[in-house]
Amino acid sequence: MIWLDTLVQGILLGGLYALFAAGLSLVFGIMRLVNLAHGDLIVLAAYLVLMGVTLLGLSPWIATLVAMPMMFALGWLLQAAVLNRVLGKDILPPLLVTFGLSVALQNGLLEAFSADSRRIPVGALEGASLDLGLVTVGIMPLMTFASAIVMIIALNGLFYHTALGRAFRATSDDAVTAGLMGIEPKQIFAIATGIAMVVVTLAALYLGMRANFDPSIGPARLIYAFEAVIIGGLGSLWGTLAGGIIIGVAQTFGAALNPEWQILAGHIAFLAVMLLKSRGLFPRAVD
Amino acid sequence: MYRLTTRTRAGTVTAIIVPIFIVAALALPIVASRGVIQDLFFILTMLTLAQIWNLLAGYGGLVSVGQQAFVGIGAYAMFAGVILLGWNPVLAIPLGGLAALVLAVPTAFFAFRLQGAYFAIGTWVIAEVTRLLVAQWKALGGGTGTSLPREATSSILGTDAIRALFGVREAAARDVMAYWLALALVVVVTGGIYWLLRSRLGLALAAVRDNVDAAQSVGVDTGRLRWAVFLIAAAATGLTGALIFLQTARISPSAAFAVTDWTANVIFIVVIGGIGTIEGPILGVLVFFALRSALADYGSWYLMTLGLIAVVVMLFAPKGLWGLIASRNGPHLFPVRRRLTGPKIEGGI
Repeated sequence: MIWLDTLVQGILLGGLYALFAAGLSLVFGIMRLVNLAHGDLIVLAAYLVLMGVTLLGLSPWIATLVAMPMMFALGWLLQAAVLNRVLGKDILPPLLVTFGLSVALQNGLLEAFSADSRRIPVGALEGASLDLGLVTVGIMPLMTFASAIVMIIALNGLFYHTALGRAFRATSDDAVTAGLMGIEPKQIFAIATGIAMVVVTLAALYLGMRANFDPSIGPARLIYAFEAVIIGGLGSLWGTLAGGIIIGVAQTFGAALNPEWQILAGHIAFLAVMLLKSRGLFPRAVD
Repeated sequence: MYRLTTRTRAGTVTAIIVPIFIVAALALPIVASRGVIQDLFFILTMLTLAQIWNLLAGYGGLVSVGQQAFVGIGAYAMFAGVILLGWNPVLAIPLGGLAALVLAVPTAFFAFRLQGAYFAIGTWVIAEVTRLLVAQWKALGGGTGTSLPREATSSILGTDAIRALFGVREAAARDVMAYWLALALVVVVTGGIYWLLRSRLGLALAAVRDNVDAAQSVGVDTGRLRWAVFLIAAAATGLTGALIFLQTARISPSAAFAVTDWTANVIFIVVIGGIGTIEGPILGVLVFFALRSALADYGSWYLMTLGLIAVVVMLFAPKGLWGLIASRNGPHLFPVRRRLTGPKIEGGI
């Protein structure tokens, strides 16, 4: 039964990684931009939620709802003021700018919140679990996974059933032609990054409620998110969830064998998938 | 009648001044204090790493964020040579280059499968995997790391001669030896890159950088070129890593595979100085060192400032400080651009 339990924990952990990855995937899909500061933005959002809880006394859920528009504004501003200036055929400038932002953000957070590890307090929910007969699962991991699914359905709905989604897809396919049809690509990019930051805030809530975090953990979240996106194949959010689950299951099994192998096992699973299918498991986009 | 040349007047001046600089730098330990020698060692090794990363990203278009993998594996290979094989530390440095070269083969195999920007994070993943694997290497201290044994550090090749020559203590003599090696390495790496850029390979690199399709159409094998640049850069980075940790004589996975020290700082040096030029990293490392000294007491503010400066430079002066100085008709101290010279063509082209 211990193996079944490990499997279930791994699958549920995959939900968290899918949440990390969805924002990254969204931004890459629309503007071919890899945001190396993605992990640090998740950590920033986690501190925002934490401040809402500790300073204003809000519940974590309300604090997240308050943080979401703030993060949307930040994402919009970041894209409009900084990233739109460096987008182009050359991949070097956006990579270097986001890398610089990543280091600046990490150290800014360190200065503001110190290196102490923090956690978003959730009260009784933290240890609560649900007995499913064969296995017992924590309420928190279950909620994370459910949130990931709801978020993917919502994003897919936005993408395929709204005018904004149509603009996203058109810009992604061909920004110049979309421009001829009256879409302002830079405006679309700014909205997309804003939406990605809303997803990031949701990811940050679960990151902060489930485990301790400190300013230095951003890059590792970026790497998990990236692995989930690549395993899933570019352009498919359900693929990203599958990718997250593969990383999560590999990590929990690795940890069950030897706690030191947890992170390593996730990376090895990623490399193995890359070796077998270099375009990921469910590739949709051609690039 | 017509000749292809890369010669410029500033280039000729460089060719005269650089040897004088090198001789002066070699003789410097006679007058300089130990602190100065240690600072210069730091500057020279960072400059070496910056020149290598510049070759990768600035000329080869390979934006690696995982160079710490090669610094770390190079350093660990040197430690393994000393601790497990009983080699003299100086002689074990080439092991670092070799280990990095070996690691570069699977790294390139995986990372080259990733398109464009994802290549960057791919190299980062490999670096993380290498760090986690090395942390399992119990003979070299596992996750906590280890130090070079006393016998090894006291018998480093050449330190006896340096002690006799300068009349200094053993630790200071070790720093002088490391400094000289760093000087040799930076000269060989910078000179090697300069030579490479003026060779056929360099012409091919410039062609690929300017237009991949056009380069391929005239017979440039872009795949092989990327492999060549990546492997050369990895080996040189491994040698530098081995030398850096020869000087510190203490190693741990978190120090040897630190993304901030060996990749972030290096990228900032290149970006601030000017990417895609040999002069850029030289200028960049001086700015970096000045900032580091000025902001040393402010902890993480320093890295934050550095990151923001890099962002601002990338936004407003993408060619860096050297790009501002040398824009259009400024001096080219290390000219690599091929120009056609000869009698003026009547009527003009």
